Amino acid sequence: MVSYSVTLAGETDFAGWRDAARRLVLNDVQPQDIVWQTQASADLFGAGGVPLPELPDGKILNVPREFVDIAEGVICHRDPARFALLYRLLWRMRDEPHLLKIASDPDVAVLREMAKSVRRDIHKMRAFVRFVRIGEGEDERYVAWFEPEHYIVERNAPFFIRRFTGMRWTIFTPHASADWDGEKLSIGPGATRSDVPREDTSNELWRTYFSSIFNPARLKVKAMQAEMPKKYWRNLPEASLIPDLIKGADAAARKMLETMPTMPAPHHAKIQERVWKKASEEEVPEVASNLAELRAQADGCRRCPLWRDATQTVFGEGPENAKIVFVGEQPGDQEDLAGRPFVGPAGRVFDEVIEQAGIDREKLYVTNAVKHFKFVPRGKRRLHQKPNAGEVSACRWWIDNELKMIRPELVVAMGATAAQSLLGKAVPITRMRGQTVTREDGLKVFLTIHPSFILRIREKEEARAERGRFLKDMQAVAKLAA
Amino acid sequence: MSGLSLREKLSILADAAKYDASCASSGAAGRNSLKSKGIGSTEGSGICHSYAPDGRCISLLKILLTNFCIYDCAYCINRSSSNVRRARFSVDEVVRLTLDFYKRNYIEGLFLSSGVIRSPDETMAEMVEIARRLRIDHSFQGYIHLKTIPEASDELIEQAGLYADRLSINVELPTDEGVKRLAPQKKPETIRVSMANLRLKIEEKAEPTLQTKRKQRFAPGGQSTQMIVGADATTDAEILTTSSRLYSGYKLRRVYYSAFSPIPDSSSALPLIRPPLMREHRLYQADWLMRFYGFEKDEIVAAQPNGMLDLEIDPKLAWALANRHVFPVDVNRAPREMLLRIPGIGSKVVKRILDIRRYRRLRLEDVGRLCVSIAKVRPFIIADGWSPGGSTDALNLRQRLAPQPKQLSLF
Repeated sequence: MVSYSVTLAGETDFAGWRDAARRLVLNDVQPQDIVWQTQASADLFGAGGVPLPELPDGKILNVPREFVDIAEGVICHRDPARFALLYRLLWRMRDEPHLLKIASDPDVAVLREMAKSVRRDIHKMRAFVRFVRIGEGEDERYVAWFEPEHYIVERNAPFFIRRFTGMRWTIFTPHASADWDGEKLSIGPGATRSDVPREDTSNELWRTYFSSIFNPARLKVKAMQAEMPKKYWRNLPEASLIPDLIKGADAAARKMLETMPTMPAPHHAKIQERVWKKASEEEVPEVASNLAELRAQADGCRRCPLWRDATQTVFGEGPENAKIVFVGEQPGDQEDLAGRPFVGPAGRVFDEVIEQAGIDREKLYVTNAVKHFKFVPRGKRRLHQKPNAGEVSACRWWIDNELKMIRPELVVAMGATAAQSLLGKAVPITRMRGQTVTREDGLKVFLTIHPSFILRIREKEEARAERGRFLKDMQAVAKLAA
Repeated sequence: MSGLSLREKLSILADAAKYDASCASSGAAGRNSLKSKGIGSTEGSGICHSYAPDGRCISLLKILLTNFCIYDCAYCINRSSSNVRRARFSVDEVVRLTLDFYKRNYIEGLFLSSGVIRSPDETMAEMVEIARRLRIDHSFQGYIHLKTIPEASDELIEQAGLYADRLSINVELPTDEGVKRLAPQKKPETIRVSMANLRLKIEEKAEPTLQTKRKQRFAPGGQSTQMIVGADATTDAEILTTSSRLYSGYKLRRVYYSAFSPIPDSSSALPLIRPPLMREHRLYQADWLMRFYGFEKDEIVAAQPNGMLDLEIDPKLAWALANRHVFPVDVNRAPREMLLRIPGIGSKVVKRILDIRRYRRLRLEDVGRLCVSIAKVRPFIIADGWSPGGSTDALNLRQRLAPQPKQLSLF
C-alpha cells in the first residue's frame, strides 16, 4: 500500500528530491511506500497521497559526498524511475555505508550506468551544439538548437558561460533554454526546432573544412557513428555531407592509388639547387685538424650501436690547451638531453668538490670514455647501463684523438670504465685510487672513483666519508698539476 | 596564389594537414574566459566536435599555414616535387578562421603546422605570431597546438611554448634509416635534439621561479610526436622500441601512429598500398599496454613471429595466450599488476574490483556486471564459485576468443 506521493517541482529538482528523501528516510518510510512524480505528471494524474512527514528532532542523515555528486547528475536522467532508484540507494546505505563502492551490485550498476549516460550526454552537448550568429555589431547574438537525451541544459549551462563569456548566446532545447546576456544566466522554457535559425555565414567554410580533412583512403564509418550517432546529425551543418563522402571515398582512394607518379613540380629543381645543394657542400672534413672538427665528426659516430637509442653524441668540453683532462664513464640522462658532459646530478657533485679543492673548472677539459648514453627504458624513465668492453674500445678512438690534440699534463680517470679506456685493461679502482699510473706513451693517469658512486651510497654517513675521500683525491690532483 | 578565395585556401591547406593523426585537445591547464570576458576554455579533457567518415575525431582546426615546402619527403603530400595546388594563409586569415569557428562551437582550438618556406625561423615566427595574436590581442583561451620546426631558433620555441598548450615535432618514421631514405633532407639527429630541448624546457619552466615563486607557462599540454607506419619495412617490434625510447627519453604525452596512406600525386619511392589500419590499431593497443598496464615492450613482442603484432587478436590477449602459466588469476586475491594483465579487463574495472574486494568477495556474475564481455575474461580468472578448469589451457582457446574472420573492407 502506497502511503506517500512526492511531487517535485520539475525534472531536475534535486533540492526538492533531497528534502523529501531526507524526511522520508529519517521517518523510516520504506522505498516501496513512495510514489515519485514531477509537477507535470501530477497535473495529469493528480497529486494524492498524504503530506510528507516532518524531520524528526535531533536525527541527522549522513551520506557520502560521492552519493550527492552522483545523484545531482542522475537526477537529470530522463528515466522516470530515477527518483525511486536514488531513494532506494539512500535507504540501503543506512545499513551498507560502502554500497557505492560495490560496483557489481545491481542497483549500483544501474546508478553508474545512468550517471554515465548523463555525463556522456553532457559531453556530447558540449561537442555538438552549433551556434548561429544573428544580428550585427551591438545586436550580435549566437543561438543554437540542441536535442539532448536527458534534462541537462541547466547543468551544462555553466560550461558554456565559462567558454563563451564574451558572447551573448541562447541554447534552445525541447525541455528548456539557457540564455546568457554577458552578465547573467536565465533558464527559460523549451522551444521547437523551427524557432531557431539554422543558416550561418560560417557554415559553408566549416563544411569545406569537414570534407577536406576527411581522408577517403581510410573509411571507418562505424567508428564515426559510434562517437557521433545519427540522432545528432540533423542539427550538425556538416552531417549532410557524410553520405556523399562515403559514396565517393572508394573512387577517390582508387584514383590516388592508380594515378602514376608525375614529373616533379616545376619549382622543385630550383629549390634543390638553391637550398639543398649549398647545404650538402658544407661537409665535415675527413681528417680533423682541431677539436671543433673532431667534435663535428663525432656527431655522426656509428662505431658502436649505442647511437641508436641515445639523443646525441656528448663530446668533451673545455679549452684545447687544458692542463688536466677529466674522463668519466658515459653521459647520463641529463647529459644526453643537453648534449654536454657533467651537467646532471653527478656533474653537480663533481663541480662542488673540485671547487672545494681549488680547481678551476673553466680551465679543465671534461669528457667521457663512452660518448653515447647507454640505458634501458623503464616506463617513463631511462635506467643507466654500464657500457661493455666492446663499446668502450669502440669509443677509445675519440678519447685518443682528444688527448692527442690537447696533450694534457695529467688525465684523471674517474671510475672503472674511464680507467679501462685509458689503460686498456680492467683496474681495481677502490684499491688503486689516489695513485698515478704512467702509460707507455708517457701520459700520467690519476685514478679515482666516479662521483656518481657517492650518490649511490644510501648510508648518509658513509656517503659523506666517501665525498671526503673524493675531495682528498681532487686536492692531490690540484697539487700534481700545480 | 593571391587569386585564391579563403574557401579555396582552406580546402587546400586542410587537405594538406590531414595526414597528421593528432587532433587531441587534452592535457591543457584549466582555463576559462570568466575574467577576460573573451572566449575560450580548456578543462583538461578534450572535446571532439565532429567525426569524419574516416572515424577520426575533429577537435581542432587542423591546417597548414602554407603547403609550400623546401623539403622533399617522399611520403608527404606537400613535398617540393609534388604537383599539388599550393596556397598560403595570411596570419590574419588564420586568426579570423579560428575565432569564427570557435564562436560557432565547431572546434576546441587550432592545430597549426606548416611547410617550411625560405628559412625555418621565418616560418616559425609567423606561426608564433598567430598564436600570440589569438592569446594576447583576442584573449583567446581555447586550445593551441603548434607543430614546431626542428631547426627553429631557441627564442621562437620559447615564445611558442608561452602561447601554445602543446608543441610537437614529428619523428616522421620509426627508424633513422627510414628517415634518411624517404626524407633525405631531414636530420633525425636534429629532431631528437629538438625533442630533448623541449623536454628540458618544459621541466625547467615547471619549477617555480626564484623571484616570483610561480610557475612560468610553457606548453602545459606537453609534447607529442607522430610516425608513419607501413611506408617501409620496419617491424612492429622496432616501432615499439622507438616509442619506448621516445616516452622514456623525452617524456612525450603521446606517440601517434599514422598508417601510411596513399596521397594524391604519390612518389614512386613508396608502396602503393591501402593504409594498414588494423596494424595501426594494434600499435595503439600495444602503446596503451606500455603506458597504462605495466607491460614492457619486449613482453609484448616476445611471442610474435617476425616482430609483428597479431592482427587477428589484440596484444593483451596474445600475451595471455602465450603466457598461460600465469593464469587463471584469482580476482579476489591477485595484486593490481596481475589484474591488469587479464584480457578483457581495463584499468577502470581493475580499480572497481579492488574497491569491491575491500568489502566483499566477487563471484563470476559480479565480474560480469563490471566488464563488457565475460566470455573473454572467464577462461583467465578464478572467482568465488568459479574456476575455468582446463579451459585456460585448451588448445582451441585462441580460436574461441578470436573474432570470426571476415573480409576486411577498407575501401
